[in-house]
Amino acid sequence: MLNYLWSFMILAGMLWGMATGSLDAVTQGLVDSAKEAVTLGLTMLGIMSFWSGILEVGNRAGVLDWLSEKMKPVLGFLFPELPDDHPALKPIAVNMTANMLGLGMAATPAGLEAMKYLKEDGPGFEIDKTATSSMCTFLILNISSLQLVPITMVAYRTQYGSKNPMAVLGPALAATACSTLAAVVFCKAADRWQGRGKLCRAELSGPQRDENQVQRRVWEPETQKAQAHRTGRKRL
Amino acid sequence: MIIWMSQMIVPLIIFGMLGMGILGKRPVFDDFLAGARDGMRTVAEVLPTLIGLMTAVGVLRASGLLDVLGNLLALPAGWLCLPAELVPLTLVRLVSNSAATGLLLDIFGKYGPDSFLGMAGSIMMSCTETVFYCISIYFGSVKVTKTRYVIPGALFATAAGVAASIWLAGR
Repeated sequence: MLNYLWSFMILAGMLWGMATGSLDAVTQGLVDSAKEAVTLGLTMLGIMSFWSGILEVGNRAGVLDWLSEKMKPVLGFLFPELPDDHPALKPIAVNMTANMLGLGMAATPAGLEAMKYLKEDGPGFEIDKTATSSMCTFLILNISSLQLVPITMVAYRTQYGSKNPMAVLGPALAATACSTLAAVVFCKAADRWQGRGKLCRAELSGPQRDENQVQRRVWEPETQKAQAHRTGRKRL
Repeated sequence: MIIWMSQMIVPLIIFGMLGMGILGKRPVFDDFLAGARDGMRTVAEVLPTLIGLMTAVGVLRASGLLDVLGNLLALPAGWLCLPAELVPLTLVRLVSNSAATGLLLDIFGKYGPDSFLGMAGSIMMSCTETVFYCISIYFGSVKVTKTRYVIPGALFATAAGVAASIWLAGR
C-alpha cells in the first residue's frame, strides 16, 4: 500500500508538473523538502535522544513499570492477545501517556520501541513484512490523536488576536474523544472480521506448504468467526 | 491555570524520573546516556523514511496537484457539509504537520481565529494526526510494508475527528 501511495505521489506530481510546465518548481520542491527532512531529522535527533535518555532513567528506576501497571486494564482491552508480561506493553503505556500530555517527541521513541517488540512477537515476519493486529490497533490509536490539551493551538490563537484563545480546549477534547472512539470501534470491528492475533495469511501463502509451517505461523487459536469467514470465502 | 499546568508537565516528568532514579541510587547519568544512544539510533533509522516521504509531499505540493485535488474535492466535500475553505487543510493535514499549520495560520489571518472557519480549523488540527507521516515512520522503522487495515482505520478516525470539529465549531 505504502509502495503504491509513495510512487503515486511522486509520479503524479512529476507528470502534473510536466503538463502544467512547472517542472522547475517541482524539482525545487523536491530539493527543498529533502533539505527540510534533514533539518527536521536534526531537531528530532536532539529532542528525541534527550527524551529517550530521560525515559531510560525512568525505566531503570521503575517508574515505567508503575505506569504500565496502572494502564493494564486499558491495555488488556486494546491488546487482548498480548500476555501481561509482554515487553511491548511498557513502551505502549509510555507512548500513550506522552501523547495524551502532548509530548510528541517523547511519544515517538517509545512508540518505535513498542513496534520493535511487537514485531519480535510474530514469527515469520522477516519473510512477508505484514502488520500484526496489535501493530494495527496501536498505530490507528496513535493516529486518532490522544492529546488532551492542545497547548500549541492556544498559542497560535493568541498570536492571531483571538478574543478567547482557550475556547478551543473543550471542543478539542470532545473531538479527540470522538476520533479515538471511532478508532477503537474500527479496530474492534476489524478484529471481529479478520480474527485477532492472526495474520490471515494461511490463505495467501499458496497451496504447497507443510502443516508445520502453518502451525508455526498461527500463534493464536483462530476464532470461530474468522474460521467461518475463511472457509466461507474458500468455497467461493 | 490550564496553561500553567501544561507548562509544568515537562519539568514535572523530568523531575519525577530523575528523583526516582536518585532515590533508587541509580547511576542516572549512565542510564540517561544509554537511553539517548538508543534514541539517536532510532532517529538514524527513521531518517531515510522521513526524507522519502517528505520529498514526495514536496513534489506533490510544488506541482500544484494538491491544490487541484482540493478544488476537485470541494464539491463532494460540500455535500458532506465540509466548507470548501477547509478542504486543503484537511488534505494537507494527512501528510504534513508544518504545512497544515501554515494553512491554518492563513485561515486565521483571513477569517480570524474566532470565526467559524478559524474555530473548526483549530479543533480539527487538535484532534487529528499526520496520518501518512505516522504510518511511514512507525512501519518504516520495523520494515513492515503490508499495512492491512491501518490506512482505512486511520482515515476513518480522522474523518470522525473532522466531522466532530465542524459540528462542534458550528454550535
